[in-house]
Amino acid sequence: MHELGVTQAILDIALDKAKAAKAEKITKINLVIGEMSGIVDDCVQFYFDFLSKDSIASGTTLSFKRIPMQVRCRKCGFSFLPDNSLWSCPQCNEWDVEIIAGREFYVDSIEVE
Amino acid sequence: MKIKVLQNILNANDQIACQNQQLLDRNKVLAINIMSSPGAGKTSFILQTIKRLKDKVKIAVIEGDIASTIDADRISEEGLPVVQINTGGACHLDANMLSNALDSLPLENVELLLIENVGNLVCPAEFKIGTHKSMMLLSTPEGNDKPQKYPLMFTESAVIVINKIDLMPLLDFDFTAFQRAVTGLNPGAKIFQVSCKTGDGIQKWVSWLESQLRDH
Repeated sequence: MHELGVTQAILDIALDKAKAAKAEKITKINLVIGEMSGIVDDCVQFYFDFLSKDSIASGTTLSFKRIPMQVRCRKCGFSFLPDNSLWSCPQCNEWDVEIIAGREFYVDSIEVE
Repeated sequence: MKIKVLQNILNANDQIACQNQQLLDRNKVLAINIMSSPGAGKTSFILQTIKRLKDKVKIAVIEGDIASTIDADRISEEGLPVVQINTGGACHLDANMLSNALDSLPLENVELLLIENVGNLVCPAEFKIGTHKSMMLLSTPEGNDKPQKYPLMFTESAVIVINKIDLMPLLDFDFTAFQRAVTGLNPGAKIFQVSCKTGDGIQKWVSWLESQLRDH
């Protein structure tokens, strides 16, 4: 629902890094996005095409690496992917978990010419 | 050529959030970010809190809504400084919106700032705005399975308030299952049970808030 602002932030980061490297064209932006962030890939690409059209990022492909949500049991240390409403540890049945993956939200790298 | 970046997309937002918190700290203001679904009772909860505290503590309120000033109008009847932020479609408050709102408040004359975020269990949890504490309000008709459906909201909130407990006898809300899911995800979470309609449980929350104000 807030893809426009997020897309502007992605574009700003990429343009900033490309400028520092004196690049003439950005060809690809590699993003790492955890499953827990409410971002729709197609929607980001749509806004990106619009926001970048007069810049060196025009026509750039966005690549989304999605990270599934993963939790770790605080009692026995077992890591697992939670299955719907089952958040108890499959190993020791405790309901005491911390989220260890799925919150990623960063620009990993850009590819430039 | 590939350039490694490794930069958080919300970095710009987080920096402004940090500045907001510094501004609040300079003015010795305790700020609380109140989040919930639409209709869970955020505004009623703020009103109940104001009623019990306004003679002892200098309070200001920021109301975040997509549109309208209905909530701000209700609060301003209490005679407190209130700022309405209309996000114009955005589903959450971000740090920049709060920064602008803070400019229109007499912060040197405020001890407690209650910020009502946009009603939504997803996006508000993702955006830091610079408050000292985040809390979420869950009303009993929403069901006890919300921690599993919206985990981030429950890991990001230091305080979780169950509202509309007066409706419990009519509903299948399983408080034990709810508590187990919440404390499993967020062992440090403080849980309160209240009814903004009857006033039940509000005093317990207010006493806790007063202790936070003393320690701040």
